[in-house]
Amino acid sequence: MEFWHFSEQSMHPAWEHIDGPTKVTVDNRHCDPKVAHELYNRYLDEWIVADKLGYNIFVNEHHASANCMSASCLLTLAILARQTERARLLCLGVPITNRTDPYRVAEELAMIDVISGGRLEIGLVKASPFELAMSNQNPAGIMDRYWEAHDFVVKALSNQGAPFSWEGEHYNYRNVNVWPRPYQQPMPPMWITASGASTGRRVAQLGYTLATFFNGAGTKPLFDAYKDEFLKTHGRPAPIDRFAYLAITCCGRNEKEVDTRYAKMKPYLDVQPRTPKAWSNPPGYETAELNAMALKKGNTGRINFGLPTNPTRQDMADGGIMFTGTPDQLYDQITSFSDRAGGIGHLLMLGQAGYLDHEETVDSMTLFAEEVMPRLREYAKRKNMELTAAAA
Amino acid sequence: MFLSALPDRRRVAGIETELLVTGAGRPLLFLHAGHGFDTADPLIARLAKRHRVVAPSLPGFGDTPRPDGVTSVDDIAYLMLDLIEEMDLRDLIVVGISFGGWVAAELATKGSDRIASLVLIDAVGVKFGDRETRDITDIFSTTAQQIPELFFADPAKGAAVLHDLDFTKLPEATALRFARNRESLTRYGWAPTLYNPKLKGRLHRIKVPTLLLWGAEDRIVSTDYGRNYAAAIPGARLAVIGDAGHYGYLEQPAAFADEIEAFLGA
Repeated sequence: MEFWHFSEQSMHPAWEHIDGPTKVTVDNRHCDPKVAHELYNRYLDEWIVADKLGYNIFVNEHHASANCMSASCLLTLAILARQTERARLLCLGVPITNRTDPYRVAEELAMIDVISGGRLEIGLVKASPFELAMSNQNPAGIMDRYWEAHDFVVKALSNQGAPFSWEGEHYNYRNVNVWPRPYQQPMPPMWITASGASTGRRVAQLGYTLATFFNGAGTKPLFDAYKDEFLKTHGRPAPIDRFAYLAITCCGRNEKEVDTRYAKMKPYLDVQPRTPKAWSNPPGYETAELNAMALKKGNTGRINFGLPTNPTRQDMADGGIMFTGTPDQLYDQITSFSDRAGGIGHLLMLGQAGYLDHEETVDSMTLFAEEVMPRLREYAKRKNMELTAAAA
Repeated sequence: MFLSALPDRRRVAGIETELLVTGAGRPLLFLHAGHGFDTADPLIARLAKRHRVVAPSLPGFGDTPRPDGVTSVDDIAYLMLDLIEEMDLRDLIVVGISFGGWVAAELATKGSDRIASLVLIDAVGVKFGDRETRDITDIFSTTAQQIPELFFADPAKGAAVLHDLDFTKLPEATALRFARNRESLTRYGWAPTLYNPKLKGRLHRIKVPTLLLWGAEDRIVSTDYGRNYAAAIPGARLAVIGDAGHYGYLEQPAAFADEIEAFLGA
């Protein structure tokens, strides 16, 4: 198993002062640049610690958000490409449906891969619905744009020799010639996020790593669809390193310490859904058929992780939302969830969330690295043998 | 306004188009607003007393499919030229409402000697103001639940017309029509928001008698916007109707129909 330290680089000190949405329309006077300066550097320090502790690095981006100040995952990665030594560097991801210029995306990716000596992992994402307010890109036809941008970035990065031209539905270039080429030839590993089976199958056909976020009980059907399609497409069972799962993760020495840290991180889940209603699902972002089904059910579009009301720490772990505990508890929680999901090869760890401070974050990361990581690596090896033997 | 499928089907430029054809008399092409329409439309009922009303669901709206290549109002306007020729409509009155008014304006600038009169009702499609002032309310930053208050002078009337937007009590097909209409309006109108930057410079090409009708309480495009629109079309006249919002034709259908008939009879 591989472990990826993730943080949304949140402006959490502002949360208590904000009434209503924390995104899109939120007043930017709530973002004190001096506080932001301290926080950016703190979060970067935590990734540098992660590198030393044997974690890989995972960064994301959002826009106009008090939940996430990373306005460009590639800017963050560019810094870390130089300041870290061993960690793989995953952007998950670049919201290519929002970028008007995928050529520029390909160039920046290649630069990061070369500066880091071939440590880049590329995630290309559809982006959250509310991002469309800022990018001004059309929600209708978003997936057509996604796949054209994806195909373009792949070709731009892997092309060698003569420049090529591109005259697509959405993008038009006369002379595509990425300098430098990626350090990893023909191109760095690819990741795609999904929550439903149909996208999962497409990712399996491409053979990319499939990542899913806070997906709980939806994870197994998604992974099963991927496995089925991977076997059909590639003629061999999907190894465990194709499956990545994101949850909040935090370690403590005893119940009291864990409870304290859990209480500091949990507000992340309360703040996260505070999106202006109009931007939770703009028309066209989902298919008309899915929207019609949601309307018929009277679905209001709120995030609901399928958890009971007032969930316990154990409910949160069982639901795959928050793994929090002592080292032994964490091992049990993560292996149990992984077994139910059908095998997790990459644990994407939201290791800083809410009000967890720097010392607590680093302490939790250190404890996990020392006490839990080695056991989980052994677990994943066994699980991988099971997966590849069972399906063969 | 989007409850049920339209009764007729006809291939228009190769697209299996859903439409309502009703009444008898001089032909009238009815171009619907962005949230669609259905057989209960009260303005169509009044216009059909004196005219043969041809009212298609535009590509992507209602049950009409949208071919991949149809992505703009410009594309729709060309399809309407095809429809006019294929149905051999002559001495034609074109009536367009809101989004349909934008289609009608584009259609009229492209020109056809088959079009004889134009009626634009609370139409969008043109940008008059400066770059930091919106002419047209950004409806895409609002929720479906806000449609009654935004699109109607009397939100209660609007809610009734929209079946209270309670889809749990409506057929699944109705929910799908509503979802398709919203998606298509977004596709064609997202950005620039509900206008074509080129259209203002082309409006002078409209040579047919033109009437603009505006709801006095339109909260999507103001009556000032209507005045600018009228001023940009040679010889056009604007009439403002009271107690009417952006979808005022649903609130005061008799007043809108009377203005149209007076204009056509003049």
